[in-house]
Amino acid sequence: MIKKIVSKNFDIKDSHILKIAKENGRYSSLEKLFSLSPQEAVEIVDKSGLRGKGGGGAPTGAKWKLIPTNGDKPTYLIVNADESEPGTFKDRQILEFDPHLLIEGIICSSYAIKSNHAYIYIRGEYVFWAKRLQTAIDEAYEAGILGESVLGHDYKLDVTLHRGAGAYICGEKSALVESLEGKRGHPRLKPKQKEPEWFFDYPSVVNNVETISSVPYIIKEGFEAYRAFGTEKNPGTMLFGLSGHIQNPGVYELEFGTNMLEFINKIGGGVKDGKKLKALIPGGSSCHVLKADELEGITLDYESLRAHGSSLGTGGMIVMDETVSMPHVVKNLFEFYHHESCGQCTPCREGVSWSDKLMGKILDGQGTKKDLDTLLSLSFLLNGKTICVFAPSVAYIIDSYIGKFKDEFYSLVK
Amino acid sequence: MSFKFNKENEEKFQKLLRRYPKIDSLMLPCLWMIQHQEGWISPETMEYLAEKLNKSPMDVYSVASFYTMFHLKPVGKYNIQVCKTLSCMLRGSEDIKKHIEKRLKIKAGESTQDMKFTITEVECLGSCGTAPCVCINDDYIQNTTPQMIDEILDGLNRWSN
Repeated sequence: MIKKIVSKNFDIKDSHILKIAKENGRYSSLEKLFSLSPQEAVEIVDKSGLRGKGGGGAPTGAKWKLIPTNGDKPTYLIVNADESEPGTFKDRQILEFDPHLLIEGIICSSYAIKSNHAYIYIRGEYVFWAKRLQTAIDEAYEAGILGESVLGHDYKLDVTLHRGAGAYICGEKSALVESLEGKRGHPRLKPKQKEPEWFFDYPSVVNNVETISSVPYIIKEGFEAYRAFGTEKNPGTMLFGLSGHIQNPGVYELEFGTNMLEFINKIGGGVKDGKKLKALIPGGSSCHVLKADELEGITLDYESLRAHGSSLGTGGMIVMDETVSMPHVVKNLFEFYHHESCGQCTPCREGVSWSDKLMGKILDGQGTKKDLDTLLSLSFLLNGKTICVFAPSVAYIIDSYIGKFKDEFYSLVK
Repeated sequence: MSFKFNKENEEKFQKLLRRYPKIDSLMLPCLWMIQHQEGWISPETMEYLAEKLNKSPMDVYSVASFYTMFHLKPVGKYNIQVCKTLSCMLRGSEDIKKHIEKRLKIKAGESTQDMKFTITEVECLGSCGTAPCVCINDDYIQNTTPQMIDEILDGLNRWSN
């Protein structure tokens, strides 16, 4: 069930140190990489079917192909290490245990999109991980792996670590780029046709840490090797997180298509203290919640979860046992979204704080049936009327929790 | 205006200038440098930064006030940040918060009179697998128990006396 590609070196002592990392295969994909042309590298990644692992699941190769190839402007690779979706803590495992894998992935990806400078945008709270990554970057510069000439090849690459400062929304790629430009993290309007992200006036690619860390394996072993894992539409593996009421919380790398319940019970050890499972959020708090009896037959891939009315998201699962009160969970999530709404779009700014206030009123015992109706109607206001997908996530929370645990909510109101 | 980057930060600033296509990108790194130097970001330091980056002080304020980790007023020497989001809540973050409040005799959002401790409730710290999580200044405390909090607070009290 467990398949270690990205997490291969996680259990090796001191694997974050360059010497140990190299002994364990890091940077071994570069020889193959430099025998390829950038276009060939893009093709290999495209054929591998690698999908973005930050939550959206967009095909990586297609994203890279949006970069103009005439080369008259510098291009940039921007790595999204702004991991802040509740329930998600996978990228930090890579930063902690194998930062050189990320740097190797950055070299492969930058070379493919002909970029000479990559930025890693790391969330502000990850001070320990930023230090560890910076140490690894410094080591790589010193060893000639980064800098004017990468390992003696005619290719220059700089990597700059950029710290965020505590804003969930900066994990949204266009908000991240805004933030990197020194502005408030406000998501940008989406273009009509697919375009690269624009960092100032320069075409750029924004990819998640885990996505970039999957690239070296694909370059070295070839796209067929990667496609041997997972399913037809979801090739490869992903780091899945388990948190909440679970016996063995943690991050585990699995092939796509693994049975969810088997994973939770066999590897996760089942619900903590032998209690009964009540509900589960499959991939970060922005997904539709699933009731225990809905989990039968779900496999961990984008299509299966969509077919079951939720989404794979970041793969960070939050397990809730029978003692959990759903209205309290919803209030907790509303507080999160209320705090993190960037305030740019009125439906989100007003709608999320309104939802939070209504839920507070209901939990205080002051709520009426009409308040719940208002809350349900806010879902309509929030869904599809804003620039980014933040507000729709709140709509999903309203719909799925109240829809699936109706009695709990209606028993609280007059 | 009396605030100025110290030598170390000025050197860092000059180095960073060469690493971005436009000076605008230095906004967040500079705000971090100010906060490290001063402990918080005062209106005076924002004016200094505005001049340095060719921005208006309002531009700087607009950015500094957007990001929750920038302190626009002084905080205690030890900023105790308790994660309150779902995975931590399910693992007992509320009890941890209450325990810290009881020990320090202040509520979340407040500082002790000697400005030694501040308690802040924060949203997801990305430590869901090792919940509940508390972050004291830059350091994560994971799988936190009340006993761990006692040991750390006792240690910090001894250390700074």
